[in-house]
Amino acid sequence: MQISGAQMVIEAFIAEGVDTVFGYPGGAIMNVYDEIYKQDKFQHILNRHEQASVHAAEGYSKASGKVGVAMITSGPGFTNAVTGLADAYMDSIPLVVISGQVPMSLIGTDAFQEIDAVGISRSCTKHNYLVTDAKDLPRVLKEAFYIARSGRPGPVHVDIPKDVTAQIAEFDYEIELDLETYKPHTKGNPRQIKKAIEAIAAAKRPLFYLGGGIINANAAYEVREFVQKTGIPAVETFMARGVLSHDDELLIGMLGMHGSYASNMAMSETDLVIGLGVRFDDRVTGKLSEFAKNADVIHVDIDPASISKLVNADYPIVGDVKNVVTDMLEQVGKIDSENYESWRETIINFNELHPLTFHEDTDRIKPQWVVKRVGELLGDSANISTDVGQHQMWTGQFYPFTRPRQFISSSGLGTMGFGFPAAIGVKAASPEKTSINFTGDGSILMNVQELMTAVEKKIPVINIILNNNFLGMVRQWQTLFYDKRHAETDLSVQPDFVKLAEAFGGIGYRVKTKEEFDAALKDAVEKNVVAFIEVIVERMENVMPMVPSGGSLFNMMLLEKKGDK
Amino acid sequence: MTEENQRRVVSVIVINEASVLSRITDLFSGRGYNITSLTVAPIPESKYSRLTIVTAGSVRVIEQITKQLHKLIPVLRVYEHEDMVEKEMAMIKLPITENLSDINTLCEAYNGKIVNAGESTIIAMVADEPKRIDNFLNAIKRYNPKEIVRSGAVALER
Ligand SMILES: Cc1ncc(C[n+]2csc(CCOP(=O)(O)OP(=O)(O)O)c2C)c(N)n1
Ligand SMILES: [Mg+2]
Repeated sequence: MQISGAQMVIEAFIAEGVDTVFGYPGGAIMNVYDEIYKQDKFQHILNRHEQASVHAAEGYSKASGKVGVAMITSGPGFTNAVTGLADAYMDSIPLVVISGQVPMSLIGTDAFQEIDAVGISRSCTKHNYLVTDAKDLPRVLKEAFYIARSGRPGPVHVDIPKDVTAQIAEFDYEIELDLETYKPHTKGNPRQIKKAIEAIAAAKRPLFYLGGGIINANAAYEVREFVQKTGIPAVETFMARGVLSHDDELLIGMLGMHGSYASNMAMSETDLVIGLGVRFDDRVTGKLSEFAKNADVIHVDIDPASISKLVNADYPIVGDVKNVVTDMLEQVGKIDSENYESWRETIINFNELHPLTFHEDTDRIKPQWVVKRVGELLGDSANISTDVGQHQMWTGQFYPFTRPRQFISSSGLGTMGFGFPAAIGVKAASPEKTSINFTGDGSILMNVQELMTAVEKKIPVINIILNNNFLGMVRQWQTLFYDKRHAETDLSVQPDFVKLAEAFGGIGYRVKTKEEFDAALKDAVEKNVVAFIEVIVERMENVMPMVPSGGSLFNMMLLEKKGDK
Repeated sequence: MTEENQRRVVSVIVINEASVLSRITDLFSGRGYNITSLTVAPIPESKYSRLTIVTAGSVRVIEQITKQLHKLIPVLRVYEHEDMVEKEMAMIKLPITENLSDINTLCEAYNGKIVNAGESTIIAMVADEPKRIDNFLNAIKRYNPKEIVRSGAVALER
């Protein structure tokens, strides 16, 4: 079939089963938008900023398990999207992002809206392409989708000059991909798996360390079975929330900088770390030399470069977590869960000593209460996204997650402004669930224009703004480590969030009491339009426990016990 | 694991396509790895090129370098051996007024010779192990070299 480059993009999307594209048009990508106009196979959602388009595609991908797609124009359209690419790269989210480029004849001439897009995206994508001839487009697009979703997933950027989108060439999407240099290793080495099982059977205090890779690999239910059958306690990273259900007795909690006391102590006392789809991030490990000091390490990951990067793996297994855990389950009979009885008791004791909790000791609502309350009221019926800051950590700590893909947050890059557009993508992929974004008074302003997107496309995201009139997380560090010098973090001057939502055609609530909050949430869920629920919360609340940056996991600052003062 | 920096030679076979070299150099600069020298040329009668990179780092860093290189999509193979045959070439421009036969003898000891003579200068070349090239360049100093160019190492695993 002889068609234009622009038509090829559309045909490739259809062949890949894309049903939603997030984007923003402009000169260099107009040929493709013209073809979008003519088709009815997928919807296009016009975000009001290119960064939001990429975050929305990330949210869409996380909720659906599919490759997210975004489309932008050259120059400023592309540079606006870079934060989204970097975010997806850090969190291994599969995306295909198409950008327009100036025509081939103008490349290198500092033309209007020309920027070296592939030069910029090289370090924040899994792979990228500048397409110089339409005859390459079918192969490039097919490779882009394949590379994005296979192996360790990630964003792939395809930059297409305007004349290439107009050029006519042969389109055949049935071509076999021949990626001689890219062959992800998905099957774990059987000998290593056997050794790992033997190590688990011999361990006295083994501990599952579960990461976001499990969700990417769609392996949560296999992992649940593995945990069940072995009776081995588990900690989750922030990225892994929802792998185990919050009420699973073997789930100790989240570990790391704001992990629970019991989780961090378990990691410090274990004699065998069973790391699945993890990467030993510094926010998780604290001081590396003290991390799981007495333990051997089993490390299963699809990315060989993640293994022994920071912590030496005694049992390295390169492979897809789903395959490896499935193989491990075949030998699970060699493991006797009775052996870990006293270890499980130790952990229960840790938990009783310093449970993850907060004190309701002020007139104002505590932000943690809000998260817990939404969990009680909506629980499994909601998908949760967050922005970045204290509210994000409280969500990770206190929301009762029940399933994988229920939760999305900018973990690796920590991008303020991520939550709202991501929640739009989540809702587009999963309309039957309520889409909640826990956000802060700082973060929400970083992509607030998405109110317009949500109103136009009738995407009823509920943004719960935990308003502490601070860039709270930075304020917390200033309070603790900078002698209370709160430099440029006081957000006393604020917009009227209710009017702001209303100005775009959404609804706004300002609540100061628990009763008002319950009523507002109920109303927002019923009204089914995009909403801001601004909750006036205690200003000076800190996220606890806390492992100070670079400290050891077992040296936590803890919540003061009631009556300690 | 030793944390000391070691000199290492890494050979990389890549698809010979646009911007592949910047993918490699970006990886080194982005992750803070050293490049002491880098050579690249197409492999005859194939769609691949071969890069030889001389780098330095601890065992852990060298392991990361090879793994990260391997992750790049157009990279076919990464060789990182202790046991490589290494050669490097150097060209030296010298005043024609120096003792040419001495220079020629010196060059011969390093698999080289005088390869060009102009009105006022000559050019000599040598090809040898990088360490020996260092020695040669030291020895040639007394003949007042005007310009020196080194090719960077190329290597083949035994
Ligand atoms: C784009 C961006 N800029 C700056 C930061 C640094 N930062 C991390 S948390 C935070 C404060 C966020 O404030 P808010 O959204 O009100 O959340 P809170 O911590 O108060 O819950 C800042 C400024 C960031 N993560 N992202
Ligand atoms: Mg705040």
